[in-house]
Amino acid sequence: MGRYTDDPAAIRALVRDREVHRDVYLDPDIFAIEMRRLWAKTWVFVGHTSQIPEPGDFYTCSIGAEPVMMVRQTDGSVRVLRNRCAHKGAKLVGVTSGKVGRFFRCPYHAWSYRIDGSLAAVPLRDGYAGSGFDGCDAARGLSPVQAHDYRGFVFARLSAEGPGFAEYFGASLSSIDYMVDRSPAGEMVIAGGVLRYLHDSNWKMFVENLNDTMHPMAAHASSAGTAKQLWADQPKDTPKPMAIEQLVPFAEGYEFFDKMGVRVFDNGHSYSGVHFSIHSAYAAVPEYEAAMVAAHGAERAKDVLGTVRHNTVYYPSLTIKGAIQTIRVIRPIAVDRTLIESWSFRLTGAPPAIFRRNVTYNRLINSPLSVVGHDDQACYRMVQEGLAGGGNEWVSLHRDFAAGEGGDMTVNGTSEISMRNQFRAWVNMMAPEAA
Amino acid sequence: MNEAEIARFLYREARLLDDKRWEEWFALLSEDALYWVPLSRGQSDGEEHTSLAYEDRLLLRLRIERLRRDPPSQQPPSFSQHVLQAPEAAQVGDGAWRARTPFSYAEAKGDAMLILYGVATHDLIAAGGGLLIRRKRVDLLNCDAALPSVQLFL
Repeated sequence: MGRYTDDPAAIRALVRDREVHRDVYLDPDIFAIEMRRLWAKTWVFVGHTSQIPEPGDFYTCSIGAEPVMMVRQTDGSVRVLRNRCAHKGAKLVGVTSGKVGRFFRCPYHAWSYRIDGSLAAVPLRDGYAGSGFDGCDAARGLSPVQAHDYRGFVFARLSAEGPGFAEYFGASLSSIDYMVDRSPAGEMVIAGGVLRYLHDSNWKMFVENLNDTMHPMAAHASSAGTAKQLWADQPKDTPKPMAIEQLVPFAEGYEFFDKMGVRVFDNGHSYSGVHFSIHSAYAAVPEYEAAMVAAHGAERAKDVLGTVRHNTVYYPSLTIKGAIQTIRVIRPIAVDRTLIESWSFRLTGAPPAIFRRNVTYNRLINSPLSVVGHDDQACYRMVQEGLAGGGNEWVSLHRDFAAGEGGDMTVNGTSEISMRNQFRAWVNMMAPEAA
Repeated sequence: MNEAEIARFLYREARLLDDKRWEEWFALLSEDALYWVPLSRGQSDGEEHTSLAYEDRLLLRLRIERLRRDPPSQQPPSFSQHVLQAPEAAQVGDGAWRARTPFSYAEAKGDAMLILYGVATHDLIAAGGGLLIRRKRVDLLNCDAALPSVQLFL
């Protein structure tokens, strides 16, 4: 319990049209309220259906502080259940992923559950006769969570209340369509492991940075600028290494990022790279393009391959890169501690070169050993430490502000509109006007 | 080349890294050198499976040049300390040796210190009366854990 717990007006006062108060990044009470009101009531990314191909396959993770698991059902559908025994509350499954036969069995007192979450058996059931057990919550088994599978992306909403899936994401879902349609078969499979990078900063700094196009030329000068210089020193006929092709565009100037464009949607979602992006100039793979034309027709193939959005933010938990088939998943741990998971996808029906490109990109940018990631992470940490100091308690988000902005709109790429848009959504969930 | 000579070579390599004598370290690499930090236990491939690092000379050169440019993440700068167990080395071909070296590694930055454990596997080749590193594979004990920034060379 802190000063914001029962005070929606105080929360609303933290967000102005073009400024936010530092407490949104620093206050542990705000973080706790975020978990209950924002992360529990919105659609949060859980995992991809390719992680659980067979009935009984499960994958566990957390939504905020709450352990959940997605489980493939016998009818092929996917359910998201709380990973918590209905008896004493023990975490039911202690591993990240695996397969059960017909039942989950709690290691503590051997309560067992069917894979749909219903309670199958408890030892010495006679002991519950006449106890009132049959009508209680525990007897209903594992609490299911609202879940939605959108083209293999599984999202869940912990709370029974909150916006519907289609209403929440709206037209932003086209970025997932463009990503999946990069497969000639219209299918993607998670592959190649997950990079797990621990950040000692608030989760919102990472989310804001995804469509912050004013930082690469400063923060990444030491990595991308050096890559550009190393490449300039090579003899003219040297074949261009994949790493150079991927790192050098981070050194593009302000004009490039401004012309890229940024589009925002209701509820905090956005993408940059509306017109082109740092992924536009990758070498052609003729075999792949031919497969795309054969599968989708020339017109759709051209549309899909020509759509090279930079980052799409599915607020608050997921950011995707359709053009290079990687995603980053935000797992908040504490007010100043955030885990970023980065996954790669193999496009079914695409040649191996496409997946290798994506694995290389993911490693170069998202590994805890990445020279690009180091500078991003260090900047977030400097903000976390700097904000704790006194002086001006407000963070400026003024760049290219226009009165009345909002809804579905596209503007110049270096606008800070995506961050203002995130905070409009944030305050609506954290302190609804009706409250 | 005997096990003691290979051990001396590896102790010197660690010393060069901890002293930030990057150019002298870089001179220990063969033209086709690979520095590989796998992401998974027993990982057999770095092309179609993500790694924490999988770097040729070009990317290693980039790391070294970047560190000279006072990047944001080196304010304050990081310092490393390798502590090596005695390497086990065996000849694996004509002029080729493989060494296995369990190690602990500390990286300090300001008031923070990160400590890692692992096993380094060096593939070494004879060259000009000495040795060159053809491949350095570093298997971290917690390669699959959530890790903070690891900024210097393992």
